[in-house]
Amino acid sequence: MARGTAAGPRAVLAYLIRRLFAAAVMLVVIILVVFGIFFLVPRWAGVDPATMFVGKQADPAAIEAVRQKLGLGEPIFVQVWEFFKGLFVGRTYASGGDVTNCAAPCFGYSFRNEQAIWPVLTDRFPVTLALALGAAVLWLIFGVAAGVLSALKRGSLWDRGAMIVALSGVSLPIYFTGLLSLAIFSYGLGWLDAQYVPFAESPTGWFGGMILPWVTLAFLYAAMYARITRATMLEILGEDYIRTARAKGLREPVVIGKHAMRSTMTPILTMFGMDLGALIGGAILTETTFSLPGLGQAVLTAINTKDLPIILGVTLITSLAVIFANLVVDLLYAVIDPRVRLS
Amino acid sequence: MITQRTTGRRKQAVAAAAVVAALLSTAACGGGDDKNEGGGSKNGAAGFDAANNKAAQASLAKKGGTLKFAGVQDADSWDTTRGYYGFAWNFMRYYSRTLVTGNAEPGAAGAKLTPDLATSTAKVTDDGKTYTYTLRDGVTWEDGKPITSQDIKYGIERQWAQDVLSGGPVYLKDILDPKGEYKGPYKDKSKDKLGLKAIETPDAKTIIFKLPQANSDFEDILALASSAPVRQDKDTKSKYGLKPFSSGPYKFESYTPNKSLVLVRNTEWKASSDPIRKAYPDKITLNLFTNANDMDQRLINGDYDLDINQTGMSPQGRTTALKKHKANLDNPVSGYVRYAVFPQSVKPFDNEHCRKAVIYGADHESLQTARGGPVAGGDIGTNMLPPSVPGAEGQKYDPYESATTNKNGNVAKAKEELKACGKPNGFKTTIAVRNNKPVEVATAESLQASLKKVGITVDIDQYDGAQTSGIIGSPANVKKKGYGIIIMGWGPDFPTVQGFGLPLWSGKYILESGNNNFALIDDKTIDGLFDSYVKELDEAKKVELSTEINHKVMEGGYYLPFVFEKFVNWRGSNLANVYTTDNYSGQYDFVNLALKK
Amino acid sequence: MTELSKSGAAMTEPVKDSRPPSAFLEVRDLKVHFPTDDGLVKSVDGLNFTLEKGKTLGIVGESGSGKSVTSLGIMGLHTAGQYGKRKAQISGEIWLDGTELLSADPDYVRKLRGREMAMIFQDPLSALHPYYTIGQQIVEAYRIHNKVDKKTARRRAVEMLDRVGIPQPDKRVDSYPHEFSGGMRQRAMIAMSLVNNPELLIADEPTTALDVTVQAQILDLIRDLQKEFGSAVIVITHDLGVVAELSDDILVMYGGRCIERGPAEKVFYEPRHPYTWGLLGSMPRLDREQTERLIPVKGSPPSLINIPSGCAFNPRCPYADVPKDNVTRTVRPELSEVGSQHWAACHMTQEQRERIWIEEIAPKL
Repeated sequence: MARGTAAGPRAVLAYLIRRLFAAAVMLVVIILVVFGIFFLVPRWAGVDPATMFVGKQADPAAIEAVRQKLGLGEPIFVQVWEFFKGLFVGRTYASGGDVTNCAAPCFGYSFRNEQAIWPVLTDRFPVTLALALGAAVLWLIFGVAAGVLSALKRGSLWDRGAMIVALSGVSLPIYFTGLLSLAIFSYGLGWLDAQYVPFAESPTGWFGGMILPWVTLAFLYAAMYARITRATMLEILGEDYIRTARAKGLREPVVIGKHAMRSTMTPILTMFGMDLGALIGGAILTETTFSLPGLGQAVLTAINTKDLPIILGVTLITSLAVIFANLVVDLLYAVIDPRVRLS
Repeated sequence: MITQRTTGRRKQAVAAAAVVAALLSTAACGGGDDKNEGGGSKNGAAGFDAANNKAAQASLAKKGGTLKFAGVQDADSWDTTRGYYGFAWNFMRYYSRTLVTGNAEPGAAGAKLTPDLATSTAKVTDDGKTYTYTLRDGVTWEDGKPITSQDIKYGIERQWAQDVLSGGPVYLKDILDPKGEYKGPYKDKSKDKLGLKAIETPDAKTIIFKLPQANSDFEDILALASSAPVRQDKDTKSKYGLKPFSSGPYKFESYTPNKSLVLVRNTEWKASSDPIRKAYPDKITLNLFTNANDMDQRLINGDYDLDINQTGMSPQGRTTALKKHKANLDNPVSGYVRYAVFPQSVKPFDNEHCRKAVIYGADHESLQTARGGPVAGGDIGTNMLPPSVPGAEGQKYDPYESATTNKNGNVAKAKEELKACGKPNGFKTTIAVRNNKPVEVATAESLQASLKKVGITVDIDQYDGAQTSGIIGSPANVKKKGYGIIIMGWGPDFPTVQGFGLPLWSGKYILESGNNNFALIDDKTIDGLFDSYVKELDEAKKVELSTEINHKVMEGGYYLPFVFEKFVNWRGSNLANVYTTDNYSGQYDFVNLALKK
Repeated sequence: MTELSKSGAAMTEPVKDSRPPSAFLEVRDLKVHFPTDDGLVKSVDGLNFTLEKGKTLGIVGESGSGKSVTSLGIMGLHTAGQYGKRKAQISGEIWLDGTELLSADPDYVRKLRGREMAMIFQDPLSALHPYYTIGQQIVEAYRIHNKVDKKTARRRAVEMLDRVGIPQPDKRVDSYPHEFSGGMRQRAMIAMSLVNNPELLIADEPTTALDVTVQAQILDLIRDLQKEFGSAVIVITHDLGVVAELSDDILVMYGGRCIERGPAEKVFYEPRHPYTWGLLGSMPRLDREQTERLIPVKGSPPSLINIPSGCAFNPRCPYADVPKDNVTRTVRPELSEVGSQHWAACHMTQEQRERIWIEEIAPKL
């Protein structure tokens, strides 16, 4: 008999180690790919990346120096090795008499404005995290609630209305809903000053500035979640074990809230983990629309200015967030659904 | 100087031009419904074009307050040696001083040099090869120590350290050390790191520049921010741009790149030592946005006073502003010329008649419309010298009658030129255009349409705009790709024919990479004119030479100018003493901006 | 008024009588109709029966004959939780222990569910919630109707698991449904149904999803438990073999109606409806090869939207032309008494049916 889904701590640990190892391999591959895109693609296109970093008066010495500074002469794997070495033990940068020691975790220095990457990441990460978490709470509550209500009132005016709103939410891009909400609530009615204020400066100002981004971002996802919740809930309501629950004499709210919801939440949570992970990597459109100084904004600027170290740093954080979120989801999944084994 | 926004800010449909024109005409009949309209009221905006080449509401300037800049593009660097954006140079005057600088006056007067750290403009001797300055008394750094001639020399020497401090202009490097003997202060073996021979500092108050060859624009170049002093013990090398050490009335309090910048008063700065700066506000802030529309809206709302980037409003904000807040707008000339250029390496553009066929065949009015029309785009460009540069004649010099007879193209003339070129049935070529500049793509399409009428078939190749210098800056690549027509724009680093045209038209500036002489002009006459220009010390003659260079370039048919660019610039209602200056190509002069309350 | 048979499970003709019956369960003229886009589905269309405590009624029929709909109707599960769908239309009367359920407060009926009446479903794997342990599900069923703490409820669950023959019940109580074998799951399901000592137990195809060997064990279990608890039991099945094992009375449904009913031995040994003959013919018997089945019911069950006129069975009936004047295709036959407490709805005369049964059918079975 198959006994022992409640996997022992040893099994969980082994699983975790296995997953972390896979994650580390994946990170190396991701970093390699980013390096590759950055250095190889322009080379194939016949463009010298070094020329992107010198001014209007392209001094040949400057181009050569930039080439050296960017390590364009060195093979990619050497650069990747240096990069990882920097992360764990730090590294030293030296060019033209300018020597900089970069302590671990060293993500390097911006090619553009020479600021250290690590403080950039730690400065911007909380903004993105707050944006993602705040929106996540909203969309989870409202999306799931709307989906459940729609499922329970299938075919009703509410259901149709909610699903039309959800469809528009899914199909309208954030720079549209974002600008629209700005135009209405911020510029038009003047209810919200949708401008980012650091939390430390003014908690209320911070909150006020985050409302529109939260709501706009949550709207997109809530719409998605409402649709999925509705579909899943309808499917679950047709399950035999829901009939069994009723046959036991359970009150309907318990049947829905306990028996049906637990099953409905499984696919939702999987999605939630992925979405949250991806958002923590930077909600680029939302951050751009609302000028929030988060990771997404940093990486967008960095891509525009070919600032590799920032791209690498954000990519690494994003990948970590996605991998971590996946891991948490898998663990949660095993907790929710006893049929799933950690293997 | 570089005033382009790499974020592709200037997104505007061709149709927007019509809207702008319509709005302007209605507003001109008193259509604006803003309460502040009417100009000059104490709390309101000064009126349309009130600060264009003249000072608006100078008398309302008050001391104190926080001057708030917004922007979508951070400076390339706030290090005086490394910055190349025009707005950055403009802003640097808050925290850096130079021996001489542009007058704090509107329009053309702003481009006239005036002493800053120096007691007077240069004492020029030795046939224009020796420039001597004496420093003022009481000029100090933000820690109270005096600014010395050695500090100025060190600041200039930093330009030689291109391997560490790339990005800024290197005119002085070419002028003072054409053979490249000096290796820069970081590799300088001498004890004081002041090994550059061309600059002498006999004492702390005197600095002497010894030029191997005369250059009549030398003082203009010394007025660039890149000639500002830097103190050796405060030089953080590549990180200097994160917190420059101030020699001006304000100093860095905090700076987070791409996010925000705060300047506060430098209490060691003495007004008596500074004939230029009035230092009205107590504090100056810069907040960076990623959404240009959002920023424009906040400017209109009055949350911010000024757009630091000074490239004009985005189409959406511009439309709103023209409708409701016209008194807050100025419509200055930007100093930029927008044009198409014909690389001679790509056949048949080696033949001047084929080039001229394109110039005659183009519909200039349609190109102007594609640029945004007469207001947001600018006047039809008839030659290559921006109106703010001495020697420019504007539309008075129109060799191809582009703004008059041929404004919608002249098919007959074009066909004539084609015959002379040996291609009576036309030819095929490719236009290279940046994919992140919708307006430039629109001009390419306009050109494509009008050239079709004369039998010239063109493909449009949109290349990655972020790679501009790598793609079209390499003549070999241009030839390989067959880019017969390149669409670009250019503005002066400093307002002279040398500051604008030397990299574009001089045979010496044809570079293997990072090339800007896209036409590959290697004309002895033009090079000779530039040589005479740099040796000429007489202002009137310089102007003449400047005009002549422009004529020679136009006669060669290397360029098809589109517009003398204009833009619609927002001026906050709370600003006083606002004016545009030719010193920074039509931008508002930041240094003496004040608040009304 | 109902006259009780000796067996105790009486069959009555519809009586328009609103007085509470004396029987423990009485269903009167039950109709369950479902409106759909294609038309009204008459799943149950006028059903009557009674059942006493301690007795077992087997309801037999093909899928779609309305037997499961009947059981869900009694449980009140057509009205509970039917969100947004077009509501089932239910009419008639269901009297349980002196209370009419269709007109009763839904919450009152809910409280009866699980306590007074419980149900065993066909597929225990899908009928048990996959995310909760067997114990949790039994405890929940118990605690809805009994104000006890979790410990007591858990003891009760272990006790029930033990009673239904699950080994090591104190350990298996913490297992999840997927960790059980099919037979064990059904035992657990039965334990859950019986946890509140219900007076009425409805077993809807309790063995269909199980192995043949396990089927017998489960049927034995149900029979034993019924004796022990004294409940009334309704077994719903398409398999006559199952009812043969368990039932005191048998009700054969076809097209939403009862076409024959009576004491088990009567229906088995003296069936009086051609459809019942068909069912008996298709019944697997251990002493015979399956290929030797003689009278399978040909054709497919009738559409419940367009029930054939006349006798609903006429398109499939080999004897449809025996009665005269095409009557099988025009007139719906009513139930008529064919023996003591034995009723059938067929246009053939008693004699015709007796002759066909004795001469043609019985010898081949």
